[in-house]
Amino acid sequence: MKSKFKPPVGEFSKISGKCISLIGDDIDTDRIIPARFLKCVDFDSLGESVFEDDRKTLKGKHPFDLYANKDASILIVNSNFGCGSSREHAPQALIRWGIKSIIGESFADIFYSNCIAIGIPCFTLSKSSIKKIQKYISKQDLFLKIDLLNSKAISKDLEFNLEIKETSKKMFLSGEWDATTKLLDNEGLIEKKLNDLPYISFNSNSF
Amino acid sequence: MSKDTLFDKVWDLHKVANLPGGSDQIFIGLHLIHEVTSPQAFGALKDKNLKVKFPNRTVATVDHIVPTDNQSRPFKDNLAEQMIKTLENNCAEHNIKFFNIGSGKQGIVHVVAPELGLTQPGMTIACGDSHTSTHGAFGSIAFGIGTSQVRDVLASQTIAMNKLKVRQIWCENKLSTGIYAKDLILHIISQLGVKAGVGYAYEFAGPAISALSMEERMTICNMSIEGGARCGYMNPDEKTFSYIKDRLCSPQNKNWNRAIKWWKSLQSNNDSIYDDVIKLDASKVEPTVSWGITPGQSIGINQKIPSLKEIDPNDQFIAEEAYEYMGFKPGKSIKNTPIDVCFIGSCTNGRISDLRVAAKVLKNQKVANNVKAFVVPGSEKVAKEAKEEGLDKIFIDAGFQWREPGCSMCLAMNSDKLIGNQISASSSNRNFKGRQGSPNGRTLLMSPAMVAAASITGKVSDVRNFL
Ligand code: SF4
Repeated sequence: MKSKFKPPVGEFSKISGKCISLIGDDIDTDRIIPARFLKCVDFDSLGESVFEDDRKTLKGKHPFDLYANKDASILIVNSNFGCGSSREHAPQALIRWGIKSIIGESFADIFYSNCIAIGIPCFTLSKSSIKKIQKYISKQDLFLKIDLLNSKAISKDLEFNLEIKETSKKMFLSGEWDATTKLLDNEGLIEKKLNDLPYISFNSNSF
Repeated sequence: MSKDTLFDKVWDLHKVANLPGGSDQIFIGLHLIHEVTSPQAFGALKDKNLKVKFPNRTVATVDHIVPTDNQSRPFKDNLAEQMIKTLENNCAEHNIKFFNIGSGKQGIVHVVAPELGLTQPGMTIACGDSHTSTHGAFGSIAFGIGTSQVRDVLASQTIAMNKLKVRQIWCENKLSTGIYAKDLILHIISQLGVKAGVGYAYEFAGPAISALSMEERMTICNMSIEGGARCGYMNPDEKTFSYIKDRLCSPQNKNWNRAIKWWKSLQSNNDSIYDDVIKLDASKVEPTVSWGITPGQSIGINQKIPSLKEIDPNDQFIAEEAYEYMGFKPGKSIKNTPIDVCFIGSCTNGRISDLRVAAKVLKNQKVANNVKAFVVPGSEKVAKEAKEEGLDKIFIDAGFQWREPGCSMCLAMNSDKLIGNQISASSSNRNFKGRQGSPNGRTLLMSPAMVAAASITGKVSDVRNFL
């Protein structure tokens, strides 16, 4: 486990770090954090259990166990990463292990929005670029500098144009990615909506 | 861009504002919570000194962690006990209605809300659970959210979200005898793949869908998420209305006619525009069984496990992983695969009609030696109805264990787990690696009728031979 976890806050436009590659399509959230670790009322201890069953199966050879990866913070994945269960425990485990950003071919919808909500920017790249990165990492360390504003990732040998949803990008650049406050700014409109929706009045809620 | 579909109409009606970042602020009409994904959300509320904005728009139950053998309190599992206590306390503190064990209304959240009449057309429904898509069977827009968004809904009754695209999946003709909604949805996912739905809401339509009962429709929408679609729905019709009528929380008396009128106005127009339309022939669907580690890796009972050559290049990587994990060879039949455990239950197939179908197959039959079989009703109400109809007895006489309601071995957070590399025939929705509690346990997804047939022979069998 890395040093004590501090959640990200405020605006940010740059992320840099060492990459860790995890090869495989359709890696679901049950694999990222198996269900037995969901028996908790906070997220604090999840970091060490990330990919627990996969790691046990690979007996020390899983990327998250390799000594060389112990300070990595940019996760490189393939397609449909984070499919399956909506458990936010999955990105919460990743961020507590030390992952600050994820670059992949594609992400499952709920996983993506969970990542954005807790401050993990997720970027997409073409299959061939991901392959290129993963091949590079298999031979040598890769340190990437990600420039969020221009959606670029550069290292000493490589350069990529990343893709990220415009709404997510704006959130991080403005520091307004902690949604609750933004939503509550519209309190008046929320009340109005409640009063306008017909089903609120035709249902009695007589439990 | 889609236009005039039910999805567009309901989305627009619930839009509160355009947020500065470009996403929409959407009002959530019904918020469902359970013990696993809510404690951290309540914790965050406390940290921020916030209250639950509209407590009567949230309803709670407990499902994932409950033991299904002995539910007396405190639970034997301390962590499970702590989770249910936390939910009890949070609901009491914030004045949220909680359907606890013994209330007669507890059960899997996606089974409970429809049976209480809480789920209705035209609503937006959110829950910290990906199978919230189930509720779309009623013509609501229902989707799973993460814990941070649970916090947002508690605090503001809204979330920030980008509008989804809409794909219509038109199902021509009808399912044949012995083929169920589960077979159809497994077939659809096997055809479209597990990521086709990313960024989409799925509208299921066509004669084969109209012919389905409400419970079968829930089975279909439930597994939209397995096809990558966060949300799946069907346009409401007379079956929808008659299912809702006279339930505990449904509109009563003069409100009923108001409700029907409004619900009808939400249906997709005949000339609505979709981002994509896909057509398939339901009469061609066979009893369908998963052979791999994603629900998309499913085949008809008479098909062989596909070889790499037959698989789309994009799916070959995960196929190779599946052969290895399952220990199955390409070209092998799925029929006659020996099984160790049979599980009937879950939010996909733990409803009364599912139990009826399985019991019909099991009547006067015996579970094969060496097969452990158990049935977990989706809710207390399902359990009660089943007992009144004598279904529990049929299951028990056949050699099934009859359990208390909960999620149980769908995700194995209680003590019901596969052991080692056991193979289960399961009516649940996920065959992911390790999903049923053993890191090398294997899951074959199928309809409850097919699980019942497998329990009798001890191997994957065509249920049509038992009807
Ligand atoms: S039955 Fe399974 S899929 Fe459904 S809510 Fe429970 S754990 Fe999730």
